[in-house]
Amino acid sequence: MGMTFSFLILAIMTLAGGVAAMTMRRLVHCALALVVSFAGLAALYLNLGAEFAGLAQLLVYVGAIAILIVFAILLTRGGEGEPGGAFSPAGIAGAVVALAVFAVLAWAVETSGLAHQAVAVAAPQTTMREIGFALMQRYVLPLEVIALMLTAAMIGAVILALREKRHEPAGGAAQKQGMRA
Amino acid sequence: MTPLAGCLLVSALLFSVGLAGALTRRSAILVLAGIELMLNAANLNFIAFWRFGAHPEFLTGLIFVIFSIAVAAAEAAVGLALILAIYRHARTSDVSEITEMKG
Repeated sequence: MGMTFSFLILAIMTLAGGVAAMTMRRLVHCALALVVSFAGLAALYLNLGAEFAGLAQLLVYVGAIAILIVFAILLTRGGEGEPGGAFSPAGIAGAVVALAVFAVLAWAVETSGLAHQAVAVAAPQTTMREIGFALMQRYVLPLEVIALMLTAAMIGAVILALREKRHEPAGGAAQKQGMRA
Repeated sequence: MTPLAGCLLVSALLFSVGLAGALTRRSAILVLAGIELMLNAANLNFIAFWRFGAHPEFLTGLIFVIFSIAVAAAEAAVGLALILAIYRHARTSDVSEITEMKG
């Protein structure tokens, strides 16, 4: 059995979105192309039978991370485009490295035997109930660790993004106010 | 080509696109976006191996992807906060101009 038609379309959509996100000049356009890529991946997960992961991907990536990226672009005045060109001076070397990585990965997939070996194609029947039980029983410790890490990351992000306070001697601001009055 | 190999190839392509973006773009935000794409490529591999591998009833790949998405959310939040802090400090988000720590 080959790949299904829907898989091909979704794969092309994901890859086109990724390529557009990495090559377009205006950062806002890049962010929108990134949304297409993330949505395509979510649809790929749904296509592969992982409904919960697909919807989580849609919520987290399309709903949250894309918005965060757009906010970051607007807050750093990246919406006007990059003055010195979109690509860094060592861009060619980076592209060559990426091509080499793809060549190695494709070679590994081709020679691993997975490309020709017949695999089980019956879709696993996974219910939300089973995922919930797995999260609450077998994987409860990772779940708690993730909860702690998300809290720590949230506090860390807020502290990092807080505006730095001017370091003035104690009472300096009050004195200035008094002098002005 | 089997569906598993197709998934793995798509994932390899997506990883390479993300890597190329992370290595070649000047904007720190797009470097972060490239890293997100690489992370997503790994997630696609997990889903593919869960779907077409042995013992899908143990849900290992699926649960790993769910945790990975949570980690990616935290990573994006902290990464973008770092970019904002650097922008406020250096007035640029161009990674080739932030050379203060260059040896």
